[in-house]
Amino acid sequence: MTRTEFWQGNIASAEGALAAGCRFFGGYPITPSTEVAEHMAAKLPKRGGVFIQMEDELASIASVIGAAWTGARAMTSTSGPGFSLMMENIGYAAMTETPCVIVNVQRGGPSTGQPTMAAQGDMMQCRFGSHGDYAVIALCPASVQEMYDLTVKAFNLADQYRVPVFLMADEVIGHMRERIIVPDTVEHTGRPVFVPGTPPFKPKAGLIPGFPEFGKGYGTHVTGLTHDEQGYPCATNPGLHATLVKRLVDKIELATKELADFDVINPEAEQVFIAYGAPVRTVQQVLQNLPDKKTGFLRIRTVWPFPSHALALFGNARHFIVPEMNLGQIAREIERHTLVPVMSIPKLGGDLHTPAELASILEVGS
Amino acid sequence: MSYEDWFRQDRLPHIYCAGCGNGTIINCTLSAVDSMEWKKEDTVFVSGIGCSSRAPGYIVTDSLHTTHGRALAFATGVKMANPSLHVIVFTGDGDLAAIGGNHFIHACRRNIDLTVVCMNNQIYGMTGGQGSPTTPRGCLSTTTPYGCAEPAFDLSELAIAAGANYVSRWTSYHVKELERAVKVGLETPGFSFIEALTQCPTNFGRRNKFRRVADQIEYLKAHSLLKVKRDRMLEHGENIPEDIYVVGELMRRNRPAMGLPNKEAKP
Repeated sequence: MTRTEFWQGNIASAEGALAAGCRFFGGYPITPSTEVAEHMAAKLPKRGGVFIQMEDELASIASVIGAAWTGARAMTSTSGPGFSLMMENIGYAAMTETPCVIVNVQRGGPSTGQPTMAAQGDMMQCRFGSHGDYAVIALCPASVQEMYDLTVKAFNLADQYRVPVFLMADEVIGHMRERIIVPDTVEHTGRPVFVPGTPPFKPKAGLIPGFPEFGKGYGTHVTGLTHDEQGYPCATNPGLHATLVKRLVDKIELATKELADFDVINPEAEQVFIAYGAPVRTVQQVLQNLPDKKTGFLRIRTVWPFPSHALALFGNARHFIVPEMNLGQIAREIERHTLVPVMSIPKLGGDLHTPAELASILEVGS
Repeated sequence: MSYEDWFRQDRLPHIYCAGCGNGTIINCTLSAVDSMEWKKEDTVFVSGIGCSSRAPGYIVTDSLHTTHGRALAFATGVKMANPSLHVIVFTGDGDLAAIGGNHFIHACRRNIDLTVVCMNNQIYGMTGGQGSPTTPRGCLSTTTPYGCAEPAFDLSELAIAAGANYVSRWTSYHVKELERAVKVGLETPGFSFIEALTQCPTNFGRRNKFRRVADQIEYLKAHSLLKVKRDRMLEHGENIPEDIYVVGELMRRNRPAMGLPNKEAKP
């Protein structure tokens, strides 16, 4: 059984989190993500969870990581300026392999920029924003339904891979209202099981260690310093540091195919759109307006790790056309993986690409 | 209590310099924790960055060594998500009052049920002796080579003003008093702040005419003034010297607190 609702994207994300069993939300108000926090503030206490409004975004993500170590599913939501503040502890979460979910409803930047307008300018920050080498998972919703579904998925992946997982939404998807089918139950993947008595940071299958949560008598030491398998600081051993950091990256990068989530439309096409987030909607409209099946579309949900193998599925491609609400952040990533010319179609300012704009590019390109 | 009860044997020796006061503060804290007879699995130590913040790494319980200044924000998450845990935070003057100042104010305001032990050595020890928000005016450090020109922060007064339920200040000389203060802090619901002034011979004493470790401890002792005595002096209109540290129990009250186990229980 399912039920049908008419929800705003941000509300759908909060509801997805509740359905996924999120027990802790630490946040700070920021446009255009605030509705996620407001909805959690209203609903979470009634479900035995904890909502706390922290003093800033540094503290929000810190509280989320602290809560996660008690075993709770924990999340925060924010937008650009807050996202920048979170970078410090996102690195800490990556280093300590703390499962957590961060919703970023992107707005125009840099700096305070355009609080109420959509953008996709944080895509590279999400991947590389904290110092040092690490890897994360980022999901991009293009509908209210996906705000719900991908939030659920984000919690499962965070637990499974012990990594911060980002729902990289944008103001358009966060604030629009659509019909959504709400399932009665959702999938729930647990954290990798810790075997008491074994070194707490010794990786198991898939390079991921079991999760030794606090309060069980395991006596786990967690530190952002480079640590050995026992979790103890070991910051001047070059080989150990290299092995640890390589594992943090490999556990995500080597799982790229497993994590990939994309749709392939018209794989025989010569002109192929690639999009994620809000621009997906414009491309869908363009395809619907076209009478023939000559235009392809690679529609990506898991942007990080980038599913580069998907590009090869378009064997006849002469152009990849990449509309983004930034100056070509993912277009550059695509270029790195293909010999097919990549046409970046950036759009800044907060408006979506119009179907006419993208259709005119098709005409030029053909 | 023996040190073997609380310290990770496989992590010794520790990193602290000879003559460092942090060991004294850690001992006093652990003695107080030991006397609570809590289960070790219900006790969590949290810290930020700095010499003081290395302490949880030597303790056998679950411990979270976090980012610079953020210990209280992490501890807030641990405590709110599982109020049945006893959460103790080790921090220092740089960690708590400079980079973590905002988290300190708000943790006090929330009066969240944590016990915070601040090892105030008035210097950034780990990075080699830079001036901190509590470096006394005129003192030398690598970033105040002509004498600190800024007034020092009174951390305990800040905690009181911001709303902490329990505030106490002692020095590394006052070991019995310090242990008792930590114990009262652990017993008091809400935010408990224990400031422990301590010597840093390597990076503070060396540059400020404390040739021997004991000289700085003697100085802290000689410049401590009991709060009751201070209050009496004020009553009599006597002058309180500026370089004095008011010690003792500075605040004990019962404001509503967050993160208490029984109040968190849901119907």
